Amino acid sequence: MIDARGYSCPMPVVMVQKEVKVNAPATLEVLVDDPCAVENITRFAHNNGYEASAQPAGDDEFALTLVKKA
Amino acid sequence: MSKSKYLVAGTGVIVGLAALILTAAGNPANMGFCIACFLRDIAGGLGLHSAEKVQYLRPEIVGLVLGAMLAALAGREFRARAGSAPALRFVLGMIVMVGALAFLGCPLRMVLRLGGGDVTAVAGLLGFAAGIGAGVLFLKRGFSLGRAYKVKKAEGFVLPGFMIAVLALLIAAPAFIHFSQAGPGASHAFWLISLAGGLIVGALAQKSRLCMAGGLRDVFLFRDFHLVSGFAAIFVTVLVGNLILGNFHPALSVQPVAHHDYLWSFLGMGLAGWGSVLLGGCPLRQLILAGEGNGDSAVTVLGMLVGAALAHNFGMAGNADAMTDGVFTAGGVALSGRVGICIGLMLLLVISLANLHKEEKAK
Repeated sequence: MIDARGYSCPMPVVMVQKEVKVNAPATLEVLVDDPCAVENITRFAHNNGYEASAQPAGDDEFALTLVKKA
Repeated sequence: MSKSKYLVAGTGVIVGLAALILTAAGNPANMGFCIACFLRDIAGGLGLHSAEKVQYLRPEIVGLVLGAMLAALAGREFRARAGSAPALRFVLGMIVMVGALAFLGCPLRMVLRLGGGDVTAVAGLLGFAAGIGAGVLFLKRGFSLGRAYKVKKAEGFVLPGFMIAVLALLIAAPAFIHFSQAGPGASHAFWLISLAGGLIVGALAQKSRLCMAGGLRDVFLFRDFHLVSGFAAIFVTVLVGNLILGNFHPALSVQPVAHHDYLWSFLGMGLAGWGSVLLGGCPLRQLILAGEGNGDSAVTVLGMLVGAALAHNFGMAGNADAMTDGVFTAGGVALSGRVGICIGLMLLLVISLANLHKEEKAK
């Protein structure tokens, strides 16, 4: 899981990009607290072979789940 | 094209139209919006510098921050956050301003200048792209200014509150506020038109996340052309508008509030681009984030105000080319400005290297 809470854009996407590039995980959980990061990570996921879904996770936070497309 | 991409491109079109309207209503040519120039004018209006030709409390800036704040509140996106290297952000704001004012425009005005046929701005565009490339290199190697944290909501209202005070001072016009009688500072639209333009653009920029630096950064970093579509839309709108209005004057010199000192335009905008990447967004984006409650961006904007004042107090800002009675006077960046840009580049290198962090591994 990547905890990107508190980081402003583009840091959350950079963190996801590094994880995808290095480990290419089948699924990846990302915690963020910025709606802009949700949009950017979702767009990055779609452009890089992942499906992304976001759920509210507490006070102003979001949990993103990235699943590698078959 | 996705819905959000329409929003970015649509915002770009509205920004371009607003810039054309504000110019027609009295703002200087190719300066419907200029975050660097307008913050510099506000700094002058408040007496932070004494360059008599650039002193005015620009309502566009007030509108941008308040428009973003209202949009964020309405969309439940107002989040008071702070604590991510505020002192460094203050310094970065100053550095970005020194570079932009040497060039004579922020990244947004750079696009407006290009759309008006100002070929001298191409040097600025190339420098801006090079600066963003430098910033991206450090992002890839682990640059970060660290996390921000939730803070009391009042922190998020500091910059909007400051802007309301600026607007009140503009309307009340007390004797201690400075208003240019000649030069770019004396050229402005009626304040309500300027404020409305700022409010509309501020609200749309908040919704669309429009960012001049972010557009090129995302292309370099992720091959993502989402944000850069706004950049392109502004250019096309302004270009077409200027062609229709007869305001498109392609030339290499004597452009409105511009100079043809290509090397220092390149380096100045390189400074602005690199600094903007480290900050996470261009000067426009910093205003919008501050309106959303980001205290770190509020500190950055205050740094930009101080940077603007120093740029003029120390003679670092660029001087525009001029044609008076058929006599051409070359402008450019003076020695003090060149020294300022070199110091700024060295500081950016030190800040970039000093804030490299090891990868935060996924758990």
